[in-house]
Amino acid sequence: MMNHDAYPDNYIRGILNGVKSIAMVGASPVNVRPSYFAFKYLAQRGYDMIPVNPGHVGKELLGKPFVASLSDIGRPVDMIDIFRNSSHIMPVVEEALALDPLPKVIWMQLGARDDVAAAKAESVGIKVVMNRCPKIEYGRLSSEISWMGVNSRTLSSKRAPAPTQGMRLSLNRMSVGGGDTAASDRAAKNKSEQS
Amino acid sequence: MSDRLPGFSTLAVHAGAQPDPTTGARATPIYQTTSFVFNDADHAASLFGLQAFGNIYTRIGNPTNAVLEERVAALEGGTAALAVASGHAAQVVVLQQLLLPGDEFIAARKLYGGSINQFTHAFKSFGWNVVWADSDDIASFERAVTPRTKAIFIESIANPGGSITDIEAISTVARKAGVPLIVDNTLASPYLIRPIDHGADIVVHSLTKFLGGHGNSLGGIIVDAGTFDWSTGGKYPMLSEPRPEYHGIKLQETFGNFAFAIACRVLGLRDLGPALSPFNAFMILTGIETLPLRMQRHCDNAKAVAEFLAGHPAVASVSYAGLASDKYNQLARKYAPKGAGAVFTFSLKGGYDAGVSLVSKLQLFSHLANVGDTRSLVIHPASTTHSQLDDAAKIKSGAGPDVVRLSIGIEDKEDLIADLEQALGA
Ligand SMILES: Cc1ncc(COP(=O)(O)O)c(C=O)c1O
Repeated sequence: MMNHDAYPDNYIRGILNGVKSIAMVGASPVNVRPSYFAFKYLAQRGYDMIPVNPGHVGKELLGKPFVASLSDIGRPVDMIDIFRNSSHIMPVVEEALALDPLPKVIWMQLGARDDVAAAKAESVGIKVVMNRCPKIEYGRLSSEISWMGVNSRTLSSKRAPAPTQGMRLSLNRMSVGGGDTAASDRAAKNKSEQS
Repeated sequence: MSDRLPGFSTLAVHAGAQPDPTTGARATPIYQTTSFVFNDADHAASLFGLQAFGNIYTRIGNPTNAVLEERVAALEGGTAALAVASGHAAQVVVLQQLLLPGDEFIAARKLYGGSINQFTHAFKSFGWNVVWADSDDIASFERAVTPRTKAIFIESIANPGGSITDIEAISTVARKAGVPLIVDNTLASPYLIRPIDHGADIVVHSLTKFLGGHGNSLGGIIVDAGTFDWSTGGKYPMLSEPRPEYHGIKLQETFGNFAFAIACRVLGLRDLGPALSPFNAFMILTGIETLPLRMQRHCDNAKAVAEFLAGHPAVASVSYAGLASDKYNQLARKYAPKGAGAVFTFSLKGGYDAGVSLVSKLQLFSHLANVGDTRSLVIHPASTTHSQLDDAAKIKSGAGPDVVRLSIGIEDKEDLIADLEQALGA
């Protein structure tokens, strides 16, 4: 069982280096929604992105057709990224557990946490991340997020190429800490306990 | 890749900086440019919409400044930072994210005189009302809390007196009131005190002082601890509500535990405009590389000078928290075990005239209105910075007619003591 209060950078790094396809549940075509930001960024960094949202079937998100549900994807996916509130996580996880083959990773977005759903997924060998954004974590481990004055908590004395469109970035920098973002975790946990 | 925690000195040299991607330059280049080209229209739109990481215009962000920001965020243990033109600019930008006209914030009465002016006069004209409390009486902070209170502001080591603030006790008050604790960590620097470890939610600095350290560049910085939940009760609409400036983005929802630093950048710096010059960022970054070495020397020298003064017949009293007899020594041992800083005051038996005479006779100490330089500095507040106050007000703010303030540099301590000895004796 993973400690979901503080993920080691190596855990996140392994996931982001390992997965190729990501189905984003709750992806929005509205360009000020966080799911749109993350979808666009991950597509630009070379991930095979699949938007899942029953409200937008028949439309496309950045050239990718929306599907209504995980079972409609019709091919194996490595990771499910859930952009839903904590109270809507369980049905999505149950849907993911019915897939064959199973996804390797279930990721719940910043602010979303459901420990029961997480335990269920972990019991069948799926890796779980809660209350994180894959865009932020990719930007952090590659240090691309440093452009915004964000503490990447990584160091490197190596020269890295300037990021361009479509380029995969190296995530293998030296970590400064254990990836502890305890404060936002506490806030999310308090909320899920209240609901 | 192992997850190992590098030490403070390693972070002071490396955090935020890697070889330049284009040239391989190992020192951080000075990106002395106003603006940055876009790859295409979509890239431009992504950057303006905050959807992509990258540079647009130096008022919003600059690659040299970004290295400084990540460096200080790492040293303070925060999630992100924003560099601005001065310490005062940092204070304006922070409070603009938190207060609306008619709101209040509580501030410790013992503060840098410039901050007292800024809070009392400039902020009053914005409708931000300061309520003063006494750091030596924690209950005075509790009594000052009202439904309009939006923040608490303190200094870790207070200027000019060098007193140490009980950050944890005041952070408990802030937590209970549901407001963030802002700590000005200028006089301690993160080498001596890391306020976030003691419950601060936001740290600000005048980089002009010990972080830059060489008295050559103004600068300020805001560090987001990532500890405060801005979404409760709609109390902080800049962070929790859809922002019309950005077509309805909600910053906390989008940026999580570094949303406050982003708000300071995209709502504060972008619109108020106090950007830091990349050249100053470079000078300050170079200074920070030696912060641990300098700061230890500053403190060791300050202790030696304070001990000398305490034993001198012309000196009435020395107020330095590093002295075992000092009122704040217990707090200094708890919060700043490596040293109690290098700014302190002492008073002369000969009163006002003795203060004026001492300042005029010193040869190594420079008479000027700054602290945190490699050089040792002296000022007689009663005849300079506080000369506009009456005697009672001078005494209350720790600047009585007999008081002299020192900022001890990194010279040889024997030379500093010899200089003081000749100036006091003759
Ligand atoms: C504790 C403290 N805070 C803030 C400031 C203001 O900084 P700046 O002069 O960089 O605006 C100073 C300057 O003396 C200071 O000593």
